[in-house]
Amino acid sequence: MCLAIPAKIVKIQDGKAQVDFGEGVLREVDVSLVDAKVGDYVLVHAGYAIQVLSPEEAEETLRLWSEILEAEDSLKTK
Amino acid sequence: MFEHLRYRDPNLARRIVEKIRETALKKDIVKICHVCGTHEWTITHYGLRSLLPQNVEVIAGPGCPVCVTPASEIDEAVMLALKGIVITCFGDVLRVPGSEKSLLDAKAEGADVRVVYSAVDAVHMAEKEPDKEFAFFAIGFETTAPSTAVEVLRKPPKNLSFLVSHRLIPPAMELLLGIGDLHIDGFIAPGHVSTVIGLKAYEIFPKAYRMPTVVAGFEPLDVLFAVYMILRQLKEGVARLENEYVRAVSWDGNTKAQEMMRQAFDVVDGEWRGLGKLPSSAFKLKGGYAKLDAREKFGVRITRGRDLPPGCQCHLVMIGKIKPTECPLFMKACTPQKPMGACMVSIEGTCRIWAKAHQIK
Repeated sequence: MCLAIPAKIVKIQDGKAQVDFGEGVLREVDVSLVDAKVGDYVLVHAGYAIQVLSPEEAEETLRLWSEILEAEDSLKTK
Repeated sequence: MFEHLRYRDPNLARRIVEKIRETALKKDIVKICHVCGTHEWTITHYGLRSLLPQNVEVIAGPGCPVCVTPASEIDEAVMLALKGIVITCFGDVLRVPGSEKSLLDAKAEGADVRVVYSAVDAVHMAEKEPDKEFAFFAIGFETTAPSTAVEVLRKPPKNLSFLVSHRLIPPAMELLLGIGDLHIDGFIAPGHVSTVIGLKAYEIFPKAYRMPTVVAGFEPLDVLFAVYMILRQLKEGVARLENEYVRAVSWDGNTKAQEMMRQAFDVVDGEWRGLGKLPSSAFKLKGGYAKLDAREKFGVRITRGRDLPPGCQCHLVMIGKIKPTECPLFMKACTPQKPMGACMVSIEGTCRIWAKAHQIK
């Protein structure tokens, strides 16, 4: 039940947003829990956006992973 | 953003599994506990346990909100339904057993029980049928509770009330640490609960309990990196709070959602199925919203129920004390088609996930 899925906001009106889950089908979600604007990616849980995601933060994960792997490798070669 | 495959890169997986094998302490059993049904799904579905060294165990804590809802609160919903109030609830709540009946049993007897995807659906239904009384059965952890808060604060229609059964994750993690013979060495904290409550909510675990704690996302690589980050802390002999799910979780979390929850709810002691009463582990509507509280509005309050049918080991599965396969009922008397315990009902229940993935050894 704590599943949350990223979606892109296409339109916002009165606290409700039309979002695209990547399938091209637009769905309505409530955005009153976040400060989001058109074009933002949000995590959607049970019809409500619970967090705004930024593309930079998505890159952060990949950066963290490579940092972890590379830090260990550099230790090994020392 | 939708390039999921970047988060499932087999080459990265091979490298991190190698790191895990190098870093795992050789002698003792290392027990890492997660507290999220979605983490259990990722771990089981992708067979991650089979990639870990034999002495590294990942166990599932009480991370399924439907499973932890006590029978007494299902009984309250059933009683309201049988009184003629339309009960709206999430789909996997329907078959969760109460002391005698589930909401599905009540529906079969003619009660009006409707599945909704979202709290806002309950509001729309109540608006469309003003002559009927509706109650929304609000189950879920901190990921879901903000949506209930939104609707409570938004002044819902007069014919809609809330049967609030929300539970909080950090108190359940504290309970696990108090169980002497469980011997947990590290926590994987739930990613989506954490988007709301933030990293700061787990500060107590490394500080007061010296427990390595890593907030993790839900891709298989997220979980493997979290396992590695815990093993690295154990090897270094330190206990830190680390964030693996940097793409969604911040230190403070969603402060707007937290403020709405503060306005709508008081934190109270709460019953957890088969686990008893945990201090400060549940939400209750604030006094000012008593008119929206289904328990107050219809005078329904059940404090005791039968949480476990005879032989059911759900309470031990939920704290990771036993595996589903160690329960004598698993896939015999209790199956996804005919579940006996709550852990076999919900799609986030450990037994249901194991049964579906055919991880039966």
